[in-house]
Amino acid sequence: MTGGIYRPEEDGAILSLVNVYKTFPVRKSFFSTENLRVRAVDGVSLTVPPGKTLGLVGESGCGKTTLARLAIRLLDPDAGAIRFDGKEITRMEGEALRVTRRQMQIVFQDPYSSLNPRMKVSDIVGEGWLVHGLARGKELRERAERLLVRVGLPADAGGKYPHEFSGGQRQRIGIARAIALSPKLVVADEPVSALDVSVQAQILNLLRDLQEEYGMAYLFVSHDLRVIRHVSDDVAVMYLGKLMETGPAAELFHEPLHPYTRSLLSAVPMLGDAPSERIVLSGEIPSPISPPPGCRFHTRCFMAEKVCEEVCPLLRSIAPGRYAACHFV
Amino acid sequence: MNGTPGIGWDFARRLLRNRLAAAGGAVILFFFLVSALPGLFSTHEPNRIDIVNILRPPSGAHPLGTDDLGRDVLARVVHGARISLSVGFVAVGIAIAIGLIVGLLAGFYGGWADAVLMRLVDMMLCFPTFFLILSVIAFLEPSIWNIMTVIGLTGWMGVARLVRAETLSIKERDFVAAARAQGAGSARIIFRHVLPNTLAPILVAATLGVAGAILTESALSFLGIGVQPPTPSWGNILTAGKDNIEYAWWLSLFPGLAILVTVLGYNLLGEGIRDAADPRLKGR
Ligand SMILES: Nc1ncnc2c1ncn2[C@@H]1O[C@H](COP(=O)(O)OP(=O)(O)OP(=O)(O)O)[C@@H](O)[C@H]1O
Ligand SMILES: [Mg+2]
Repeated sequence: MTGGIYRPEEDGAILSLVNVYKTFPVRKSFFSTENLRVRAVDGVSLTVPPGKTLGLVGESGCGKTTLARLAIRLLDPDAGAIRFDGKEITRMEGEALRVTRRQMQIVFQDPYSSLNPRMKVSDIVGEGWLVHGLARGKELRERAERLLVRVGLPADAGGKYPHEFSGGQRQRIGIARAIALSPKLVVADEPVSALDVSVQAQILNLLRDLQEEYGMAYLFVSHDLRVIRHVSDDVAVMYLGKLMETGPAAELFHEPLHPYTRSLLSAVPMLGDAPSERIVLSGEIPSPISPPPGCRFHTRCFMAEKVCEEVCPLLRSIAPGRYAACHFV
Repeated sequence: MNGTPGIGWDFARRLLRNRLAAAGGAVILFFFLVSALPGLFSTHEPNRIDIVNILRPPSGAHPLGTDDLGRDVLARVVHGARISLSVGFVAVGIAIAIGLIVGLLAGFYGGWADAVLMRLVDMMLCFPTFFLILSVIAFLEPSIWNIMTVIGLTGWMGVARLVRAETLSIKERDFVAAARAQGAGSARIIFRHVLPNTLAPILVAATLGVAGAILTESALSFLGIGVQPPTPSWGNILTAGKDNIEYAWWLSLFPGLAILVTVLGYNLLGEGIRDAADPRLKGR
């Protein structure tokens, strides 16, 4: 088993990505004639089992949001395959896609831009019911009220507009909208990053309670390792568009394999269980427009050698369930 | 606060605190009242010729005097208000409708639709609007409907650009992605999510547009190809007055003042709305 290359689970997984790529065009400068592209997601494979949480962690700009949006087809991949609940959805279009979308929802980072300021809260929460013909009018308002109370908002919240709520309350509205259609997968893209620390814990607890109640899976994106450890069953560590390491959360935090994971953990004291000396991450993240050859991380790695500049390591099995993309682990 | 739309009361309060905008709004309200109930402001018939009393200066019987046919100037200005304001509103209505459709389609769909529509806008903007109107009117009979339509058809490009720019930024907001994820189609996203969020800048454009349209109508009428006498409009009352301006100043002054005050009122209100809707100026 050891040495095998990472393959996403195909059977029984709620979501699997197979070698997914996504680039964006860069606005050309006036004199440049080159056709530059940002390689936001650069060959990523991962699996989310039903009812479980996969935590996706990485520094700012490494492609987390892009990956999260690819997973539920809010963006179209350049290459690779996306499988949802046993169905290939990579090129799904029209009515089939619209129906499948009921099963996969998203919670956004920004509690302000994620709610339409000109819609009442009950219409925001109930939009899915309306467009799928499940409820309307008075029934929609009543169902919205029950749902809003369930996520911890006052019963009269439905008749108000988003600007009448605080950031944490708005995030609850966003969560209510995401679970309204009883999805099997919720992508949560930094759902607590914009909130005060005291509010963060409340929202994380709400998400956990809802997961127990509704049995949905989460793809939970964050740059905050404490949050990731709190919510995740499995963790995937991302750097410059690629996965560096993935494995069960408990093991990964207990004994990180990849030098990047080890650097990240050592930067947050009292987080890793392993007694670790502080490893300083030197330098800046290279630009995703022209990522370094070989291992993406070699420019900042304390273990880097000649081979790392030339050969890009694959994500391969190190121990059962544990994978890392490094030549030296 | 319950039940107030997104920028509701908060917005209205900020608008009213702006004295100039409030004054502009009051002027507009006043002229609305004049158009709706002309009998309240003048008991004379605007088209009644009275050969005995021609070119009389302002007096108790004729507060703004009479013209060269002995018609009461106050009655003509009061009834002209309805014509001039209607031209302003209908023309702007047409311009907004076209501008909205073009701007929403170009901004939302992008690609070739955007390219084609925006080149059309550029083309339309190449012609000096007033000369375009002049040449079109030269071929059509200068009825009030034709004038409204032509002013509207030549005035939508600014609105289209504005709406396109707003649409481009709104469609990237997360609530649009959320609506997609909920299964909403493009039509629903355009009408429920994008359009309502473009209304504040459109309101500003519309208010300023009414002022512009009133001026254009006056200019056309002044040149004799606008609203045709005997139907009174502020522009053609002014024209009739210019021949007698040396000895009957009241014929030109009062319709001129009406145009000036109304246009100023719309401009002040429009700028007030712009300031009140701009979140960066909040709290002033
Ligand atoms: N629509 C887009 N057009 C062009 N470039 C984009 C676009 N979306 C993302 N990018 C670029 O792709 C890279 C990855 O962006 P992404 O938002 O996925 O990162 P992230 O990990 O979510 O970062 P953050 O922590 O800041 O949210 C960045 O370099 C970003 O500038
Ligand atoms: Mg992000």
